[in-house]
Amino acid sequence: MTTLQPPAAAKRRPDRPPAKRDRRSWTGWGFIGPFVAVFALVFLAPIVYSIYLSLFRDQLIGGTTFVGLDNYTQALKDEQFWDSLARVALFLAVQVPIMLGIALLIALALDSGRLYGKDFFRIVIFLPYAVPAVVATLMWGFMYGTKYGLVGDINSAFDVTLPDPLSSDLVLASIGNIVTWEFIGYNMLIFYSALRVIPSSLYEAAEIDGAGQFRVISAIKLPAIRGALVIATIFSIIGSFQLFNEPAILRPLARNAITTDFTPNFYTYSLSFNGQQHNYSAAVAIIMGLITMVIAYVVQLRGMRKGA
Amino acid sequence: MSSSVTTASQPAPAQNSGGSKGVPRLRTRKGHVPGRPKRSVLLTVLTGLILLYTVVPLVWLVISATKTQEGLADSSGLWFSNDFALWDNISQTFSYHDGIFVRWLLNTLLYVVLGAGGATLLAILGGYALAKFTFPGKRAVFAVVIGAVAVPGTALAVPTFLMFSKMGLTDTPWAVIIPSLVSPFGLYLMWVFATEAIPNELMEAARIDGAGEIRTFFQVALPLLAPGTVTVLLFTTVATWNNYFLPLIMLKDPDWYPLTLGLDAWNNQAQTIGGDVIFNLVITGSLLTIIPLIAAFLLLQRFWQSGLAAGSVKE
Repeated sequence: MTTLQPPAAAKRRPDRPPAKRDRRSWTGWGFIGPFVAVFALVFLAPIVYSIYLSLFRDQLIGGTTFVGLDNYTQALKDEQFWDSLARVALFLAVQVPIMLGIALLIALALDSGRLYGKDFFRIVIFLPYAVPAVVATLMWGFMYGTKYGLVGDINSAFDVTLPDPLSSDLVLASIGNIVTWEFIGYNMLIFYSALRVIPSSLYEAAEIDGAGQFRVISAIKLPAIRGALVIATIFSIIGSFQLFNEPAILRPLARNAITTDFTPNFYTYSLSFNGQQHNYSAAVAIIMGLITMVIAYVVQLRGMRKGA
Repeated sequence: MSSSVTTASQPAPAQNSGGSKGVPRLRTRKGHVPGRPKRSVLLTVLTGLILLYTVVPLVWLVISATKTQEGLADSSGLWFSNDFALWDNISQTFSYHDGIFVRWLLNTLLYVVLGAGGATLLAILGGYALAKFTFPGKRAVFAVVIGAVAVPGTALAVPTFLMFSKMGLTDTPWAVIIPSLVSPFGLYLMWVFATEAIPNELMEAARIDGAGEIRTFFQVALPLLAPGTVTVLLFTTVATWNNYFLPLIMLKDPDWYPLTLGLDAWNNQAQTIGGDVIFNLVITGSLLTIIPLIAAFLLLQRFWQSGLAAGSVKE
């Protein structure tokens, strides 16, 4: 693997700021304009429209009426919403640390130079990232089967009765396993890429100080990749709060365990597309978006403040 | 998987586009850490356990794709059954229901070419603008795009659906393609990449020679952006190829389904009363769905890995 190097000609003289165009011209807009236009259509317009929708209510009698913040107060008292939020919060608290922890350990192992067949490990562990959530969930769903799946095979081979991974007690953990499988390699690669670009002068300094491997990890490597750790954590938090694909695809196999309000996203989806409650659904989605943004922001602030 | 691992500590010769130019600096760390790191069997075995975890489902998928519907029920998941039905399964997958799988494959390709291709193009242009130009509102553009990344995509799904439905776009390919055109991650990556890869002196030289902005972009900037482009293209392709939620809400007509939605529909078919149980085709179709992407990642490793490395420098 080659790390990116600026071409030799690009070596910047530190005393001179990068030579951008002197005048503040509109030329740049010619290049970024198309992105901004589509971005406005598919990001900004839906957000504005969503806020607008959330202020109305569609009733059988009287049609659509302006209700102010009624949808929001209803959502804040909605037990189904809070239950689903508690479920993804639990998921977040357990699955994300496990996934990121293992990904970090593998990245450190790869970077230590102590593995046989390092490149093979790196590539193969990354591969599940290329597998669509649909295929990953279908595969694991089949394997979870207590009759014909791998769980069933183990049961009959060892004459044991493993608990059903798709029962209501275990289904959240089973989904966590699928998500972990999908993203462990991706996170590993983010960490590994960040580890590779640590200046070797730091290691030289550590050597002079007589630091051992673990000291090098805690004093040099982890602080140096703090940015990557924070970014990966934020993306994982956003991903957990948005959980939808895996439970939705798994639901036909576990209809009793996975309800239509299993996660906040599943809940807003069901409200909108099965219940036709677009206005209320918009309010729930906005609350969920705000919660996600606040938590992501707090993680970023905390993560960066301790930064080197 | 080349062995030319370099350090970033010193400006080595340009290697972003090949690794063959210049002498790669080997990062053996010999003499940097007390003694050269000794390879460890224990560490390799421990990491091997994770490798096993990643690989077992894929092995299961490959083995299961060789079984008939009956074989799936009768035999153990991690070994072959008596009849080897892979070729049968493949031809059935392609011919089932008048070849709807082929239609889904072509749909997916359409969404990838226009969606991921378009997203990459917009990201290149935008990243180039952010990296190399000062323009009014630049900070605002940047702040809004970064801020919007934190907005859960699915929170946008319902309003986007309602908007598109008013515009008459739902149940058409555009409903899937247009939202795929924006990749904030791609924009960020291209911005970082363009900052590093395009020397300002080169742009100045082109301008002094009388080249216009468009010519400078196409003849000077674009070739230098090639490795970053491959990275962004690969990641937007994965996002589009694997997309499930967006087509799920936008499309009702199975004729416009991408592969992901089609496989899900085949799987659900077994749950409906009187539905044709075709798990062998679901499994074979899944295998056929992931092969192109896995092949692309394996063949283009050098490019996307250098692109990712570039992205992590800026953090």
